[in-house]
Amino acid sequence: MRHDTIEKSLNLMMVLIVVAISIGGLIEIVPLMMSSDMTEPDEGISVYSPLRLAGRDVYVREGCYNCHSQMIRPFRSETERYGPYTTAGETVYDRPFQFGSKRTGPDLARVGGRYSDDWQRLHLMDPRALVPESNMPGYPWLADNMVDPQLITTKLKALKLIGDPYTDEQIAGAAAAVEGRSELDALVAYLQDLGTNRKNRR
Amino acid sequence: MVVIWGIVGMLVGVFIAAQLIWPQLNFDLPFLTYSRLRPLHTNAVIFAFGGSALFATSYYVVQRTCHVRLAFDKLAAFTFWGWQVVILLAAITLPLGITQSKEYAELEWPIDLLIAVIWVAYAIVFFATIAKRRIKHIYVANWFYGAFIITIAVLHIFNNLSIPVSLTKSYSLYSGVVDGMMQWWYGHNAVGFFLTAGFLGMMYYFVPKQAGRPVYSYRLSVVHFWSLIAIYMWAGPHHLHYTSLPDWAQTLGMVFSIILLAPSWGGMINGMMTLSGAWHKLRSDPILKFMIVALSFYGMSTFEGPMMSIKTVNALSHYTNWTIGHVHSGALGWVAMMTIGSIYSLLPRLYNRESMYSIKLIDAHFWTSTIGVVLYAVPMWIAGVTEGLMWRAVNSDGTLTYSFVESLKAVEPYHYFRLLGGLIFFSGMIIMAYNVWKTVSDKKPVPVAVLDPA
Repeated sequence: MRHDTIEKSLNLMMVLIVVAISIGGLIEIVPLMMSSDMTEPDEGISVYSPLRLAGRDVYVREGCYNCHSQMIRPFRSETERYGPYTTAGETVYDRPFQFGSKRTGPDLARVGGRYSDDWQRLHLMDPRALVPESNMPGYPWLADNMVDPQLITTKLKALKLIGDPYTDEQIAGAAAAVEGRSELDALVAYLQDLGTNRKNRR
Repeated sequence: MVVIWGIVGMLVGVFIAAQLIWPQLNFDLPFLTYSRLRPLHTNAVIFAFGGSALFATSYYVVQRTCHVRLAFDKLAAFTFWGWQVVILLAAITLPLGITQSKEYAELEWPIDLLIAVIWVAYAIVFFATIAKRRIKHIYVANWFYGAFIITIAVLHIFNNLSIPVSLTKSYSLYSGVVDGMMQWWYGHNAVGFFLTAGFLGMMYYFVPKQAGRPVYSYRLSVVHFWSLIAIYMWAGPHHLHYTSLPDWAQTLGMVFSIILLAPSWGGMINGMMTLSGAWHKLRSDPILKFMIVALSFYGMSTFEGPMMSIKTVNALSHYTNWTIGHVHSGALGWVAMMTIGSIYSLLPRLYNRESMYSIKLIDAHFWTSTIGVVLYAVPMWIAGVTEGLMWRAVNSDGTLTYSFVESLKAVEPYHYFRLLGGLIFFSGMIIMAYNVWKTVSDKKPVPVAVLDPA
């Protein structure tokens, strides 16, 4: 077919453009959706508890992913610095994923348990009190904001609807689990849990 | 609006560059915090500055090359106002922390719906105008604009599928690695179509026009158009090298990214060689200088990109400031400079003026832009390689040589240079705003005749 024909027919050109741009995505994305390696949790990985989910939403809202990755690559220098490399089965309840693309600060995929709760709280309020060279901003307002118990119930129900296996008891108890907790409590709970649940750890 | 949003976007950029040096600059206010403003900066530059430029030039080019008036004037006006509302909503919601956290797709679902409506209207106006063209052939610039409009619609819809839990919060329908692959399929092609195909459309009209020469090679434009749009869509996984994405997908992403060099350079060569027989014009025409330097940065960035997509290189460059340098040589060097050149070329015609108010000021802007980009990108490359090397350095006993914070201290000097480079580029935009203002408010319109199609 001569290109002349395409150039003179708008419809033909539009159809061919759609065909040309569709192939790559179909071949690279659809098989992932059907692969159990990508969609089934590793042993020990479960859905986020209500408080941790609230903390994760704070992490997303504040944009922590702009400076912190959660994806340890399989290099010696990385596993040495951060811990065992990240697997797909650890991230299946991450909506959205938080791999990040830039490390202005260190990776956080296995930060859970590395520091004490108090260290994390103080560091989030005023990073340079603990790490003088740090260029991380402080997030002091988190201590004053309370987690919304109403909303967390809605969130769990929505996640269950799209396939995350929350039980009815978890949903019923969600509001109580976050009642009276600050966003700082929630975020610290989330951070302290990060990367700690995989069974086959060194 | 292009100029205004360009200034706003770059001002936010300069501010967050300063925050990386002086983190206290958020004054402990949530809405002034780096992590909330960085998405505002990227969205403002890509969608407010770049998007407004694409809307404006595509509407202009499609009318000129089809020799008809836009179809559906009112719908076109709706796309303008609608887009401005989206930008305004983004400027309000992002600092408030209302975000989906997917890069360049941060805006929450109600705004996404509005974008989808506007985009469909945009497609209707654009393609309906082509449909009633008075010229048999669809001009090459319109192939690129058309592909950009269609593809962005597809990307936007699939990447943003989510379940709302409130007006300001939703959860992605995809999770983990699938979500990551979906996002970078979107993210890479936001670059490939929004910032490349769309701007190549701009290039294919304004470069030949400004040079007064025909496009260098018709055959090359056919070949590189189809290969560019088909191959770009495969390149997303190079953003996920060495992650938990399966190896086959990473390798596919790498191979197609390397192949992508060919169609990218096809576009660059076609643009540059269009100046054959008109190279002397570079001496006297700063607008053409903008365009040629833009094409040079395009060629350089599209060489650097495939190189960084090689897994071995990516192992060093990923997560570092190298990526930031790469992005800015593309965004400032290619996208912004092509836009600036096109606007300088378009504006006098739009307002029936003989030329811009001051050619000297265009020249001054050209030099501030060029020096600004270089002062920005070079320190970021050095900083990126430094970080990459320090993170992987090990002692003879196998322990790590540097702590993370040591790598942060090592790159601090480069943060000052990038701030300076950003400030210089920004100052050029102020010069442009003044020049545009003087041109538009000048009271001597000169009618310009539109020639009939041959």
